This record gives sequence, C-alpha cells and structure tokens, in this order.
Amino acid sequence: MKKDIILSGVGGQGILSIATVIGYAAIDSGLSMKQAEVHGMSQRGGDVQSHLRISDREVCSDLIPFGGADMILSIEPMESLRYLPYLSSDGWVITNSTPFNNISNYPEMDDVKKEIAKIRNHILIDADDIAKNIGSPMSMNMVMIGAASDHLGIDFEKLEKGIRFIFGRKGDEVVNKNLEALKAGREFAGNFLKK
Amino acid sequence: MLLLGDEALAQGAIDAGMSGMYAYPGTPSTEIMEYVQRSKTAAEKNIHRKWSANEKTAAESALGMSYAGKRSMCAMKHVGLNVAADCFMNSSITGANGGTIVTVADDPSMHSSQNEQDSRNYGKFALVPTFEPSNQQECYDMAFHAFEMSEKYQVPILMRLTTRLSHSRSGVLPKQTMDQNGLKLPEDKRQFVLLPAIARKRYKMLLANQEKFEQESETSPFNSYYEGSDKTTGIIACGIAYNYLMENYVGSECPYPVLKISQYPLPRKHIEKITSECDTVLVLEEGSPMVEEMLKGYLGNCLKVRGRLDGSLPRDGELNPNLVLQAVTGKSPSVLSVPQIVAARPPKFCNGCGHIDAYNALIEVMKEYGEGHVLADIGCYTLAALPPFQAINSCVDMGASITMAKGAADAGMFPAIAVIGDSTFTHSGMTGLLDAVIENTNMVVMILDNSTTGMTGGQDSHAVDRLVSICEGLGVHKDHITRVVPLKKNHDEMVKLISQEINYKGLSVIIPTRECMQTLKRKTKANK
Repeated sequence: MKKDIILSGVGGQGILSIATVIGYAAIDSGLSMKQAEVHGMSQRGGDVQSHLRISDREVCSDLIPFGGADMILSIEPMESLRYLPYLSSDGWVITNSTPFNNISNYPEMDDVKKEIAKIRNHILIDADDIAKNIGSPMSMNMVMIGAASDHLGIDFEKLEKGIRFIFGRKGDEVVNKNLEALKAGREFAGNFLKK
Repeated sequence: MLLLGDEALAQGAIDAGMSGMYAYPGTPSTEIMEYVQRSKTAAEKNIHRKWSANEKTAAESALGMSYAGKRSMCAMKHVGLNVAADCFMNSSITGANGGTIVTVADDPSMHSSQNEQDSRNYGKFALVPTFEPSNQQECYDMAFHAFEMSEKYQVPILMRLTTRLSHSRSGVLPKQTMDQNGLKLPEDKRQFVLLPAIARKRYKMLLANQEKFEQESETSPFNSYYEGSDKTTGIIACGIAYNYLMENYVGSECPYPVLKISQYPLPRKHIEKITSECDTVLVLEEGSPMVEEMLKGYLGNCLKVRGRLDGSLPRDGELNPNLVLQAVTGKSPSVLSVPQIVAARPPKFCNGCGHIDAYNALIEVMKEYGEGHVLADIGCYTLAALPPFQAINSCVDMGASITMAKGAADAGMFPAIAVIGDSTFTHSGMTGLLDAVIENTNMVVMILDNSTTGMTGGQDSHAVDRLVSICEGLGVHKDHITRVVPLKKNHDEMVKLISQEINYKGLSVIIPTRECMQTLKRKTKANK
C-alpha cells in the first residue's frame, strides 16, 4: 500500500491541519510516512503545497515524483490544478469548490470547473458551505478529509481517532463538530460519485 | 516521535546533553530554535534558548559556551553563515572545548532566500568535519555523533541541512539521553587566543587532523558503500539526494554501485573504490557541484564524471526524484500539464498590515521625485517590490538598506531613503546608522516597526521598545527621530512628515510602529 498525496491551498488556509490528522491516522495504522511542507515567504497569501507520503514500506524521497501522486487534495479549486504534473494517470483530484480570491487575475470559475471535470477521477465539493451548515465554518478542512476518506487507504475510524487526538485539548464541542464535518464530507463524496 | 528534520536535530541535541542553543530566525532553519523553546525537557534542564541579535552573535555565544566546557549549538540559514563567517572561520582554528555544532540550513531553489549558496563549501573552506543528514533519523543521531567528534578532536562541526529535510516530517526513534557537561575551562588557557604565534600553531594542528577526519568519514555509520553488479556507472549520492535515488528503486535493487555520503571530508577509500571500479561516476548532490568539481579536477581529463557540470543534472536549483531518474536512466514519465488558466499567486501583505499604510504614504511622497530612490532590506516589507506597490529598489543583505542609501547619498542621489524592519535593524542596521550619524548623511531611514521578526513567523524582536533609545544613543538628533502609527487615518500626517524629513538636510529616522497582524491575532486568540 502506498498513497502519495499533494495537499494544496493558499498560505493561511491551514492545509497543515489536514496533514496532521491524516499523518496521525497513518502512523496509528502502523504505516510509514513523510510529509514535506512549505514555510516562509509563500505563507503570506501565496500558493502552498505539502507532499504527504504514506506507505507500508519505507518512504525514501520527501518529495513525490511527477506523475506519481495518487491524489491532489486541495482546499482551493484553482490550486488543485497547479499541481497536475504530480498526478498519476489514475489519480484523484478532490477539491473544495469555494475560490480564495486574493489576486486580480483569478480565472472564471466555470473555466476552473471545466478543467477539473477533465480529470477522470475527481470530486468537487463545497466544503465551506457544508462546514457552515453544520455550524462550524472552521471545520472546512475536516470536510475535505471526509471527502477524501474512501481513497486514503486508511480506516475511517483511524481518521476519527486522529481528530479526537489533534483537537482533544480544545474540548468536546470542537471535537464533535470536526467529527461531524468529517462524516458530512464523506457522505457528500459518496453522493457526488453516484451522480 | 513525528518530527521535522529541524526538530529531529533539535531533539537530538537536547538528548545529547546540549546546554545552550543560539540562533537568529531564517527560513528554513527557524524551527530548530522554536522546537527547543517549546520543549519541556529543555525548560527542565535549563538549556539556553533565547534568540540572538544576529547569526554572528549567536555563533560567538555558542563558541563561548563551548569555551566554558559545555555542549552548544548555533543555527542559521545559509546566508546567515556569511554574517557569522568571521567567527566560524576562526573557530576552526581556536577549536572547541565543549562540543559545538554550527547548523546551517541551505535553501536550494531559493524558496525563501536571496541566493542558494551551498554551505558544504564553508565546511571545506574552514577544514572542519561536515555532516549532511539524508533523513530525520540521521538528523537526530548526528547530533550525538557530532558533539562526540567535536570533543574528541576539539573542533567545531558544521551540520548542513537543506529545505526539503528541514521542513519534512517523519518518524524518529529517540536514544538514551545524556547529561550535560559540567563547567570546565580549556586546559590550555591560550587555546582561544588567536595571536599570530598561537594561531599558526593551532592551524598546523587543524591541518594535521585532516587525515583523521578522513578516517572518521571512512568508518562513519552515515557513509555507506553498496555494491552493484553493473559497473558501467557508479553513483555518489550526497545527503538528501540519496533518497531521490532510492525512490526510483523501491521494491527493487539499484544495479549500480552506490556511495552514500553524509559525512565530510570525503571518505577517501570509498571514493578510490568507486572511481577505480566504475567506468563513469555520476554525482548527485544538492546545491553546488562541490564533490563533482573535486573529482573532475580542473582539466577534467582523468575521470569520467557526470553531474551538474556536464548537464546530466541542472546546474542550479534543487534536485527531485525525477531529475535523478532522468540522470540515472534517461527516463522521464509523461505527465499532465498545468492548465493555462492557472494564475500565479505571489505572496503579499496580510490584510490590515501596517506596512501597507507606511508604503502608501511613502509612494505618495516619492511621486514628486520619481522612481529609484528607495533602498530596502530583508523581511515582509520586501514584498513591496511586487505590484501594486513596486515601491522599493533593493534587497541585498541584512542591513544593507541603510548603508546602500548612505553610499547612494554620498554619490549625490537625492532623496536617499532606506526602508528596514525593526528586527533587521537590530540584526545589522545599527552599525550602518552609526556611519550615517558620523557624517550626518542627508537621508531618511524608515524603520518599519511591527514589533516582531515577521517573515519567519513572528519570533521575538530585540528592537521592541528600544528603537528610539537606540537611535538616540547612536547619535541621531532627537528632533529628527519620529514615531508614527501607520494607519489609513494617519496618511496625511505620514506624507507631511516624510516630505518634511526629506527636505531636512541631514539624517532623519522615521519609525512607523504598529504590531504585526499575525502576532496580534495569535495573542488575541491566546487571551480568549
């Protein structure tokens, strides 16, 4: 088993909380992992990415090779496209559909959606909206993990355990909202693929 | 333990009995000190863990702790070693007493830097043993090994990391922890006195140790030789490049002999073996073609060497698994391309940042004088080089804004404006300001004070509450040191002030002061 995942978004959106939860669940499942992230300049509203590698063998490179990623998990739609050279031919693009528009030349959303639709395996999910509906806009990232959960090669229960561990010190209410977000994301993805 | 490379090294140093950590923030090295500062063990063991004013003061303090017999480490980004180089180069001659490690995190591809210099060259230059971990576990283990070797040969050790290891997380197995050394001054009380007569003697000792350092590299657990059946090519893989090579052989064997190098000077016996048994040697190294150049020699007429110099690999930028695969096998996968609609998303000022208001005022004033008069520095405020501001004309090295503006003013440029941040000012701006005080140079220095070291994530700034008294103390006339609050509502006041000080024939300092939005947000959150 090997899952190479590109996490992407915009500096400040918090892609690292996704890496932390999945990483915890992977280690808890007895898998090896490496996770390379970007610090410094680009964290100021620029494009950011993280390479998350999970395997039942030793992971060598900290970076995912081009054409090798099993998934691009993006919390911003245009950013999901920036990393397509990393995607393997049967890889998944799972992306939030709410744009983070902090540039003057952001493309038309319809064009972005068209490009995403060209990828055979894709899930487009309005994670911001789903998180708002359960009364926890901050849990958007957990909605995204939920949407990806069937393709991570990790048991759903382990992801739940990861959320309990990571958010535990913030109290039960925060933990439960994030667990709810995880489930909501998974449910949406299931329905999306049935369409 | 799941740790970044930076954190694994910090944990290793703590567990190996380090008594003091010294550093100035700089991507990708910042997390080393931050980890020590967060560590409960470090607090319990009372390990020194405060930021230093700059890399030179950090390196000197770490050397001082070594003088007193205790284990110390200083950490910096690659360009920080230029600042600390005076201490570093000479400390190779003074040698160490307590074990001491100079950790430098290089940034090939310049993700967050002005250049991509390769610090291994400094290790070779100073003739000190250099470690280059290939993974997080080695980061941890090498701290033990480096302290031990530093004490065995009384020599500082250079530890070289690169961005992708510094900022990549993986599992690390900890070892049995060691106690800190007690206070113990050097046996030879003249060891650290680099008067020519003593320095010559110490230098000969350093030279005499080179052979022993080579032997250490030959027996090092971090350097390994893997036999291979196909001797047409031998591969030398340094540091993290080893991972990129092995990535292409997961579940299979690399057919070529491979020499993994993570400790320098080069292990001579291994080098002799691989060069004698293989027709061609391919060198994979992150940064400059240092090993490749050494093997090739100036004329390049004795050994077939491939690498960054013959185009097998790009001459600049960081390596990755694909570049290495291409160099080894000539293969590259067909990949999807980035759709044309994807727009660049450069970094920018945070919403509400005080720098925006300060620059808006400066831009308005400068309309009268035209472009090209603003010499700036290194920090978040460098982002004003990008649209829509395009307000600054230089970013060279820490502190260079003030001294370059002075030089330009000396040349007759008017107005001459320097823009520098508060932390950069106390790092290396103060001495330049003194030069300007002595000549009462006709220039305006704007110290944009956000009361933190912002670009690296909001570390404590030595400048907090001290800027006015520092400027006064250096001799700037107090009528020409003015603090303002950079807010939209104060725009007219700032415009008037900047114009007025430009027209004053002499040195002025303007200090727009408002806390960084990121640190403010963090504090507000913590107080909730």
